Amino acid sequence: MLHAVDESVTPIHIHDMTVAYHKKPVLWDVDLAVPEGKLVGVVGPNGAGKSTMIKAIMDLVPKASGWVHIYGKPYSRMRQVIGYVPQRESVDWDFPINALDVVLMGRYGHIGWVRRPDKIDRELAEEALEKVGMTDFGHRQINQLSGGQQQRVFLARALAQDAQIYLMDEPFAGVDAATERAIIDILMDLRARKKTMLVVHHDLHTVNQYFDWLVLINMRIVAAGETKDVFTDDNLNKTYGGRLTVLSEAAQAVAHHQRGL
Amino acid sequence: MIWDATFQLVLLGSLLIGATSGTLGAFAVLRRRSLLGDALAHAALPGVALAFLWTQSKALPILLLGATISGVVGVLIIEAIVNYTRIKADAALGIVLSVFFGGGIVLLTHIQQSEVGNQSGLDKFLFGQAASIVRADLYVMCVVSALVMVAVFLCYKEFKVLIFDAEFLAAQGFSPRVVDLLLMGLIVLTVMVGLQAVGVILIAAMLITPAAAARFWTDRLHVMVLASGILGALCGALGVGLSALAPRIPTGPVMVLVATAAFLVSALIAPRRGVLARWARIRANALRENGQHFLRAYLALQARGKREIALLDLASELQLPLYRVRRLATRLVRDGRVSLQNGACSLTELGHKEADFVVKSHQLWEYYLVYRSILEEDHVDRSADEVEHILTPEIIEQLESILAQEGIDVVGDIHKTHSGYRRTGEDG
Repeated sequence: MLHAVDESVTPIHIHDMTVAYHKKPVLWDVDLAVPEGKLVGVVGPNGAGKSTMIKAIMDLVPKASGWVHIYGKPYSRMRQVIGYVPQRESVDWDFPINALDVVLMGRYGHIGWVRRPDKIDRELAEEALEKVGMTDFGHRQINQLSGGQQQRVFLARALAQDAQIYLMDEPFAGVDAATERAIIDILMDLRARKKTMLVVHHDLHTVNQYFDWLVLINMRIVAAGETKDVFTDDNLNKTYGGRLTVLSEAAQAVAHHQRGL
Repeated sequence: MIWDATFQLVLLGSLLIGATSGTLGAFAVLRRRSLLGDALAHAALPGVALAFLWTQSKALPILLLGATISGVVGVLIIEAIVNYTRIKADAALGIVLSVFFGGGIVLLTHIQQSEVGNQSGLDKFLFGQAASIVRADLYVMCVVSALVMVAVFLCYKEFKVLIFDAEFLAAQGFSPRVVDLLLMGLIVLTVMVGLQAVGVILIAAMLITPAAAARFWTDRLHVMVLASGILGALCGALGVGLSALAPRIPTGPVMVLVATAAFLVSALIAPRRGVLARWARIRANALRENGQHFLRAYLALQARGKREIALLDLASELQLPLYRVRRLATRLVRDGRVSLQNGACSLTELGHKEADFVVKSHQLWEYYLVYRSILEEDHVDRSADEVEHILTPEIIEQLESILAQEGIDVVGDIHKTHSGYRRTGEDG
């Protein structure tokens, strides 16, 4: 996939990226250029490296090789452009804060070190809560929210950041039908405003309906492109059919070798 | 008790130590780093002894420098063990903590038995002796406390996100490593400055206990931090006051006992999170469930054509002893759901409404389980019986629409409900 990419209009350009956890490669040689203003699904089996890819884009996990450019520049200079919705299970929901506090965190990047959120930040946070239909729950302690409501709070936090690109890790996992509807409406609205979204997704039934662009992934990119071209039986077989034994065994061997075990 | 300048000095020192460790403890506990404070403190002991042996000085800053160095080395060794071997964190912590502490005790005993060491007073670092605080020590404590408080005030939002969602902090352009190091550094400072008054063995408790107690009372972080700080200060002051009542009681253990008392009281009586509140909730639920079983049994009897329903009939329907059914009835009368006349029982309008709702939700759930083939028909009742009390009107509505789509209309007919009442112990 080494055709010329016009980087200035490419939200996410990944080149030859390999990522390893504890020296064990989980993502090999990823090349990907995500076009602007698309709602992109990232689909693949468990352990395929979907979350890892999203985290590697944001430098949250170290890359063994390769690079990522955000609109032609390294991530470190473009942080504010990217909003992040992590997996809901990644945090402790018994933490003593309320929903509005969580949403306000989306403003922290704009606020910077040491300074405190001001009135405008608060208003933006409340606006974001309103967009996800959670206005009445702002002062609710987060462990008293349902799973779907918690997911909405996470989405509101990303919205409060007012980014150009949104990376979302399983925003539909374990949510009720109403929340799924509400979230997809917001994603469609973001797309209408030319935002680019990379969404890790599990439910193959809704792929066609939700995403106009698709990345199939299983430790490497199996296929990427317009959903109508990519979402084929053949590609799905390649993605899900059989574990990639050679690749995972190789990864295991590399890990053992490098840790001296 | 001697209320003189020395005592005031000691009191102020302990108060500062309590406030600082309480404040910082809130973050340490939420970040699940409380045991690291313990390792740090135990590992500090050989540092104190070595600093004394090397300089022959018992000036607090020198001893604390030694303590800090060996404490930090201990923590770094723990991290190295976790990173480079297959030994897990708890074992690594245990190994390092005991080796350093053992080494410290050996050195300390050696010093005590030597000529110079006799009056060194280093043994106060074991259990803490606030009475040994002098004016110069208080200055050190003031500086450290001020530093910690200012840092917490300035970096409150960074600490908050670090603990709640470190990856998000990174994604927002902050360095979690830097924030974490800062927090760890503050914990080190706090532990070290508390060593003299509380001792290496127990200082971690001053970090953990006030914070754990404060957590029971609030769901807001800033309230918890504040409450924990104030509680820590109170424990420090009370500890000193109480240990001054009798000679030779070390202050550290008394402070910790005071803090533990505060923790126990909090765990017991705190609203919502406390044990009593939880127990009351469970009891209230049990009462409600049994009340609803009573109502359902009434409808069942009525549906079988019984005219006059006496408590005895209900008792046999519910398979409960009469005295318990009587108690249930009394409570339902008080709640305006049932009325009793000449031994015959009847439902009020409110009682009918609730009974209908219970029957309907029971049935809806049964149908749902069967139609979704989650359970066989003859297995369904027990689980429906437990769930009927929990379903909210929203879920009921949802179930109804799901079943309606499948062409099933649930009318709440008691005849279509499997009988059976799950037993719960409470009935009021």
